[in-house]
Amino acid sequence: MTNVALVALACGLIIGLGAIGACIGIGIMGGKFIEASARQPELMNSLQTKMFLLAGLIDAAFLIGVGIAMMFAFANPFAG
Amino acid sequence: MAAETAADGAAHAPTASEYIVHHLGHLSTKHQDKIVDFSIINLDTVFWSVLMGVVGLSLMIYAARRATAGVPGRFQAFVEMIVEMVNDQAKNIVHGDRSFIAPLALTVFVWVFLMNSLDFLPVDLFAGIFRLFGADPHFRIVPTADLNGTLGMAVGVLALMLYYNVKIKGLGGFIHELFCAPFGAHPALWIANLGLNIIEFVAKTVSLGMRLFGNMYAGELVFLLIALLGSTATWWGFGMHIVAGSIWAIFHILIVLLQAFIFMMLTLVYIGQAHEGH
Repeated sequence: MTNVALVALACGLIIGLGAIGACIGIGIMGGKFIEASARQPELMNSLQTKMFLLAGLIDAAFLIGVGIAMMFAFANPFAG
Repeated sequence: MAAETAADGAAHAPTASEYIVHHLGHLSTKHQDKIVDFSIINLDTVFWSVLMGVVGLSLMIYAARRATAGVPGRFQAFVEMIVEMVNDQAKNIVHGDRSFIAPLALTVFVWVFLMNSLDFLPVDLFAGIFRLFGADPHFRIVPTADLNGTLGMAVGVLALMLYYNVKIKGLGGFIHELFCAPFGAHPALWIANLGLNIIEFVAKTVSLGMRLFGNMYAGELVFLLIALLGSTATWWGFGMHIVAGSIWAIFHILIVLLQAFIFMMLTLVYIGQAHEGH
């Protein structure tokens, strides 16, 4: 396998595996939020603020991975 | 031969990867060969971050000067909404003297939001402007899509964390906490405690900087890739460019706001943690 092929595989793995974790995490958190809103609708607004904050934190590692994968795809520092 | 000279005279249209690599280069003082090189300055990052800081400060100063105690105008009401939101968050998170920390959080929020929103300018706008003057340099607009910009801010937050730790707990108290929390005060645990505390500080700083960088860099790259769809010069390519570009731009508005909010909240949380003991 050539260098280019390995870099492409690596980028795919980084983004794919990161997406699994991020999506499952947000799914679980969103489910809990909807459940909590159904139990106590008066807390919905304050919980929504916290939910968006947590969504950003959960997505953090995944997006860092996407940034690194994009960097390897287009501006590979190890190439040439 | 004639075809050769004709081709040489015509402008060389870039390939897809050349287009993207050109748009990913910074206007820096020297070409960067190594991964870490502290002698290079990215002039475009410095320029745009300073400019956005000046714009944000001017807006806030203007709002403060024109503030009335009577019925507020729309701009004053808007600024009051932001200030009140930041103040509420600071009140909930930081238990101590907030007279410096709350304005700091407001500055961080407004500054990061303005720098992030530079991502809404068209990708080729400044390349086109520079071509009018005959130059074709590498130029990146968004300072928070540069790892140097975001890590610089995160290191600033780290400096504030250390400052408040020393100020609230005293230098002796802070060093005691470094060696004795969270496992316990037994001398055999000192190395483990120190290691864990150092890792905690480093992880907080690096994650704060890289989270903002990853979001903005990935966002900008998706804009570039969507722009490449339009470059296929087919009817479906052009249509997909408009549709996908609109959807991504609308989603990116949420991301820009959210990342600025997260950066501000985490700054408050980290400084608030310095106020409490373990």
